[in-house]
Amino acid sequence: MIERSFDVVVIGGGPAGMAAAARAAELGLRAALVESRDLLGGIPLQCIHPGFGVHCFGEDLTGTQFAYRLIDRVERSGAEVLLRAHVHSVDVVAHDEKVVNVIAPEGVLKLRCRAIVYAAGARERTIFEIGVVGDRPAGVFTAGEAQLLMDLYGVMPGREVVIVGSGDVGLIVARRFALEGARVRAVVEIMPWPGGLMRNVVQCLTDFSIPLLLNHAVVRIVGKRRVEKVVVARVGEDLKPVPGTEFEIPCDTVVVAAGLRPDVDLLERMGAAIDPATGGPVVNELLETTIPGVFAAGNALVVNDLVDYAVEQGERAAEGAKLFVEGGGLPAADWKPVVPGRNVRFAVPHYVSGERGVTIYARVQRPERGVLVQVPELGLRRYVTAVRPAEMIRLELGREAFERAGALERLTLEVVPRG
Amino acid sequence: MVRVAIVGAGVVGASIARVLTMYEGFEVVLVEREPDVGWGVSKANTSVIHPGHEEDPREHPLRARLCVEGNRLWREWVRDLDIPARWPGELMVFSSPEEEREARRYVELARLNGVPGVRLVYGRELRALEPSVNPSALGAVYAPTAGTISPFEAVAAIVENAVENGARLLVEAEVLRVRVEGGAVRGLETTRGFVEADIVVNAAGLRADEISRSAGVEPEFRIRPRRGEYLIFDEDVPVKPARILHTVPTPVTKGVYALTTVHGNLLLGPTAEDLPYEAKDEASTTREGLERVMSEAAKLLRELPPASKLVRTFAGLRPEPPGGRWLIKAYDDPWGFVNVAGIRSPGLTAAPAIAHHVANLIAEAYGIQLRRRADWSPRRRGIERLAGRSLGEIDEMVRRNPDYGEIVCRCKMVSKAEVLEAVERIRRIGARPTLDGVKFRVQAGFGRCQGSFCRWRIALLIARATGQPLHSVLVGRGPYAIGDVKVLLRGGAA
Repeated sequence: MIERSFDVVVIGGGPAGMAAAARAAELGLRAALVESRDLLGGIPLQCIHPGFGVHCFGEDLTGTQFAYRLIDRVERSGAEVLLRAHVHSVDVVAHDEKVVNVIAPEGVLKLRCRAIVYAAGARERTIFEIGVVGDRPAGVFTAGEAQLLMDLYGVMPGREVVIVGSGDVGLIVARRFALEGARVRAVVEIMPWPGGLMRNVVQCLTDFSIPLLLNHAVVRIVGKRRVEKVVVARVGEDLKPVPGTEFEIPCDTVVVAAGLRPDVDLLERMGAAIDPATGGPVVNELLETTIPGVFAAGNALVVNDLVDYAVEQGERAAEGAKLFVEGGGLPAADWKPVVPGRNVRFAVPHYVSGERGVTIYARVQRPERGVLVQVPELGLRRYVTAVRPAEMIRLELGREAFERAGALERLTLEVVPRG
Repeated sequence: MVRVAIVGAGVVGASIARVLTMYEGFEVVLVEREPDVGWGVSKANTSVIHPGHEEDPREHPLRARLCVEGNRLWREWVRDLDIPARWPGELMVFSSPEEEREARRYVELARLNGVPGVRLVYGRELRALEPSVNPSALGAVYAPTAGTISPFEAVAAIVENAVENGARLLVEAEVLRVRVEGGAVRGLETTRGFVEADIVVNAAGLRADEISRSAGVEPEFRIRPRRGEYLIFDEDVPVKPARILHTVPTPVTKGVYALTTVHGNLLLGPTAEDLPYEAKDEASTTREGLERVMSEAAKLLRELPPASKLVRTFAGLRPEPPGGRWLIKAYDDPWGFVNVAGIRSPGLTAAPAIAHHVANLIAEAYGIQLRRRADWSPRRRGIERLAGRSLGEIDEMVRRNPDYGEIVCRCKMVSKAEVLEAVERIRRIGARPTLDGVKFRVQAGFGRCQGSFCRWRIALLIARATGQPLHSVLVGRGPYAIGDVKVLLRGGAA
């Protein structure tokens, strides 16, 4: 076994992990970036559509271009990159000493470090998780797999396609199929509203005459060798199929774009507390999990709708790691909970100290127009013309806001009608 | 040489092939319609090696005897063939006085069948044996000889060993009929041509009735598919049974099971639903069936797994013969035809014993002397796996073969070395490498992501090993994709 020593080990070479490793190295830490594939970049590598980097780089880039901007930054930063490196387990030896056990082609590596940034991304929900029954033939893909086949390996998954889920991923993949000459029969969405950004609904579906079926679910797949058709039903308010509303859509391909879940397997095994609302770890304002010195960022923390947020979180986690490494732990603080209030499904981070500025990421439960997003304890309110579950609320709270407010018990984030 | 053609490379056909290779003078060919072995009844079942106390010897003497014998033989077979297995014993859990009365019957059957160790357990002992049992359980019939194996890996292992000992496998060969001339079998007409044989063994699972009819025997014998639905949960569910748990059987089913598989997953199921005779491909799952499994499993476990830990659902078909009677018989007319048909539960358990029984039956019926081969090799080594090993062991494996250092399936921690070895073994037995074939041999793609991270990587490895284009790699029966990404714009796929 090969022993190595670092200040911080970053797990996951996607946008959040690359940003974390680069930032940590730029801050003077000895940083290692561990990636299981044979190249850095993560999911944006297979995203050949634009819309990346508007916040980060002030430019509209494709995912692939965006990934290479970050790869260049990692290279310049001096962070050490370990590819084809699979994290087997993490031993927490002491609160500021961990060993990341890695399986790599050169053998088992034991990476001793003080802090960890966990940025392993998310995984896609599968056809089984969303309760689809029936046959299990060839022709069923997750959206990410279909996209990867088309854009990294030049392979066409199928010709007559039904997409399950209208989140941004589903919308973009629908357009991608249409552009290659496939017939996208429908995008089926269980909720009464589309799951993705409005601009994507227009640019990916409307512009390509792809039908969007709201309040509908794919309930059954039929096909022996290959998918032959799906059975779709209307759903009631309880999101359960309404008997008698079933109809069939012939197709040879089903693409599951039913959402992402933070991939927190390793964090769970380490004993980190998980927020059921985000599926990611419970964190404080420096994105430190409940395990001291283990930080989380990107889609492993919370499923983001902009890659720029993942980058921002990676940088924030690296700054937390810097504080942790220098102080032998984060300074003691009186952590106040951030509580989701009216029409807020979750808010991340879960704890704030009031001693530094913080960025809060939140999602609403349901769409609403003409609302105030507010934190009453800080006297902060912001008028927003519309909120939708698909669009993350990002709220920056400066340190001054806390100073003005004085002693706090908690912070409540709520969305209320203006009036 | 006596040429034997076996129809069906499931656990029964494969076991017969292996046992026949133990003796001198047989030339064995296994004929399978799928691209790989074990894809029928053997792939999708409860995976339990039954103790034999559920078989009534007064009604089904052969089933009872071969079940008990099979349980004993599997212990040897899993050792010799390196098949993943656990022997935790089972608890038939009862929750009412009526069920208790029914359960007591099985203690008596155990006595009649000579099944060791079967007894009733109650209260503290029950909870000590099984901490995860539902608190409302009154007691259970404890049968310590029950086990669970990986049924698919078992078939693959048995075929590997049979092939090493000289048997031949012919895949993607659907049997059209048994050719009979002059009152004797001449061989099999298949979609891949004629296979000459002096003896035809019909182990065709759900289709054994059709094969039998084509040989001109048992016109009334019909196999009905009985569907069983299952749910598989992740390894880290909060409550996982230590023993094999099941509800008290009814006339149609052995009850619903809850068990921890050899690969650490929680398996719940099956249902038992008789389908129409012609529905022999209808292995689809249903919402009602899966819900029924969950509500039955609730009687067994003190806590059901959360829906978020569901990894996969599946259904399997069991071949149900008339009266539940196995049809194992060697015929004089046509001479050389042997039925091993309607092998419903406990077929997996009994398979090794059935195989020996059939070898003896062939010897007797056709006047063949069974002489053990001196050069027969009983052993087969499994694919060396990373999962479950210590870091030190893994380090050593990677240094020996750097492909072990490249993890392909992260959920189940399967390396490139294991995937390549699976592909190589599939080719060595003469089967076609597929994603399912690899998945069932080394669990790659069997984890919580269900292959969304790794299926393409495995497909790439298969494509490179076989020299075929990525899109044409088979998932199961159908190809992964339809062509290159511009195929539709050029005017359509092939």
